[in-house]
Amino acid sequence: MTATATAPAAATREAYPVALGQLVEQGVDVVALDADLSASTMGYQFGDKYPERWHSVGIAEANMVGIAAGYAAAGKTAFIASFASFLPGRCFDQLRTSVAQPKGGLNVKCVASHGGVTVGEDGASAQAIEDLALATSLIPFDVIVPADYESARQAIVAVGKTTRPAYVRTGRPKIAAIYDAMYRFEIGKASVLRPGNDVTLIACGILVGIALEASAQLANEGISARVIDMATIKPIDRDAVLAAARETGAIVTAEEHQTHGGLGTAVARVLADSLPTPIAFVGVDRYGTSGKWDELLGYFELTPARIAAAAKEVIGRKR
Amino acid sequence: MPTSLAPVSVAELTEVAKRVRANIVQMVYDAQSGHPGGSLSAVEFGVSLFWNHLRCDTSNPEWPDRDRFILSKGHATPFLYSVLAERGFFSTELLRKFRTLGSPLQGHPSMGAVPGVEMSSGSLGQGLSFAIGHALSGRLDRRDFRCWVMMGDGELNEGQVWEAAQAVPHFDLGDRVIAMVDRNGIQNDGFGDKIMKIHPAEMWRGFGWHVIECDGHDMAAVDQALSEAEKPHEKPRVIVGYTVKGKGVSYMENNPGFHGKAPTTDQLAQALEEIARGLK
Repeated sequence: MTATATAPAAATREAYPVALGQLVEQGVDVVALDADLSASTMGYQFGDKYPERWHSVGIAEANMVGIAAGYAAAGKTAFIASFASFLPGRCFDQLRTSVAQPKGGLNVKCVASHGGVTVGEDGASAQAIEDLALATSLIPFDVIVPADYESARQAIVAVGKTTRPAYVRTGRPKIAAIYDAMYRFEIGKASVLRPGNDVTLIACGILVGIALEASAQLANEGISARVIDMATIKPIDRDAVLAAARETGAIVTAEEHQTHGGLGTAVARVLADSLPTPIAFVGVDRYGTSGKWDELLGYFELTPARIAAAAKEVIGRKR
Repeated sequence: MPTSLAPVSVAELTEVAKRVRANIVQMVYDAQSGHPGGSLSAVEFGVSLFWNHLRCDTSNPEWPDRDRFILSKGHATPFLYSVLAERGFFSTELLRKFRTLGSPLQGHPSMGAVPGVEMSSGSLGQGLSFAIGHALSGRLDRRDFRCWVMMGDGELNEGQVWEAAQAVPHFDLGDRVIAMVDRNGIQNDGFGDKIMKIHPAEMWRGFGWHVIECDGHDMAAVDQALSEAEKPHEKPRVIVGYTVKGKGVSYMENNPGFHGKAPTTDQLAQALEEIARGLK
C-alpha cells in the first residue's frame, strides 16, 4: 500500500478511547483503568461514555496492573493506560508476575501514550526510550507501535480481540496521516509503503513518516529505498524482513527508542539467524532535554537526513 | 453448586489443622527446600476459612460465583497446597511432587496449575490489587462473591499493598474484599522489628479499614474473627492475626532460621510427633 491518506493530522493517542468504544459496541467485555493521566492518555473519554467500565486508580501504576490482572482473571478484557515512561517503567514486575506468567499470559492490554522523545517539553524523565525493550521481554506480549491515528485505532481494536496481553505505544503530537480507511491492520504484518531495490528503511511509529521523507530524498539522488512500516515489533514479520534483505541487500531501522531492545534489535535478530545483511540503526541512545516535539526530533537526529545518510552508509557495506 | 457451609466444629477444625501442619513439614522435607515457618503460622487462618467461610465447589473450581482465596504471601505454598489438597481440590498424593521438575506445585503459586490456585504470586505485595480487579468485575457482573486475601506482615513493607489499601475503601469494596494479615513478626532476613519496624493495625486503620485483631492460633478466635469480617460494616475489614512463625514445631517456633529451610530426617520425626500432639 502506498501512502495516500488525506485525513487531518491527529495524535495516535486520540485513537484510544475511540477504539475502546468500538470494542464495547462489538460486544467485547472491555474495562479500562487510568492512573491520573487520563486527560493525556484520553482514557477519560471512554470513562465519560462508559462510567461503570472505567476507573481511575490514582497515581498508582503497580496497583493498576494488579487490578487489571484480577479483572482479566475474572474474564474481562482489561485495558490500562499511562505514559510510556511509567507503564511499564513503574510496574514492570507486576506486568511480569501478575500478567505475563499466569496461564501463559492474562488478557491485559497496555496502551502507553507519550512514547519516545516527542512528549516534548517535559524533558528526560517523561521521555520513554526503554519501554519497548521492557515490553518485548515479556514473553506472551504482542508489542505494537502504530504510525498514525488510523493504524493506532485499528491496532487497539485488534489487540482487544485477542486474549493475549499486549503493549501498544501511542504518541502525544498530532502527526500526518499515513493510512486511509482502506487500510487493514493485522498483528504481526508489516506494510510496504514504498517499493525499492537498493535499501530498505524499516520504521515504526512517528519514524514511518520520517522514513518516507528520507526515501523521497534518496530518490532524488537516484537511490531506490523501500519503506516498511513495522508496526508490530513482536511478533515481528519475519517474511517482510527477509524479503527486504534478499531483494535490497541493506537495511536501516528507525525508531523513537534506544537501539537496544527495540525495533532494530528485533530486525537484527531475524537477519542474524536467517540471512546476515548489512544493517544500520537509527534511534535514541542518550537521555533527553526539554524542547518542542519537532525540535527534539532534530536534537536527536530522528530526521530524513540522518536516515538517508545511514542508508548510503549501509549500501556501501554491501558485498 | 457450592459444598455446604454448615459450621464445622472447632474440634474438627483442630484435627484438620494437624493434618495440614504434618503435610507442610513433610512437603518441605521431601523437597529439601521451601518455606515452613510462614506456612505453619497461617494454618488456623486457612483451615477456618476453607472449612467454614469460603464458598467454593471443589468439583467445579471455576464456578464463577465462588469466593476467591488469594495468597499474596506466595512463599507459603506448603500451606496453600496442603489446605487445598485436604479440602479436596486435588489429591494429597500430589503433595509429594512439591517443587520437583515439571510439577504443577511450583515453589511459588502458578495460577491455574492446580484447581484452587487463583493467582501467580511470589513477588510480594500484589494480591490485594488482584483481588480488587476480581471484585470490580464481580460488581460489574452483579455477582456477589468475596475475595479473601492473605498477606504476610513482612509483605506490608511493599508500597503496592498501600496503593491497594487506599483503593478498597475508595471503590467501596468492603463487602467484596476481606484482607488477612499473618502477623508472625519474622521475615526473610530476621525479626521484622529489626528490619523495618511497622505497626500494622494502626496502618490499616489509617487507611480507613476496620481492624479485627485476634490470636491467630486460637481456632475459635480465628473462626470468630472471620465471621465478624463477613458482617456488613461501613469500612472494609482486615483481620490481623497475631501468630508465631513455625507454630507447632518447637525448634521452628519464632526461629528466623526456618523461614526458608528444610528439616533434617531427625527433625522431621520430631516435628511430626509434636504436630500429632497438638498445639500447646
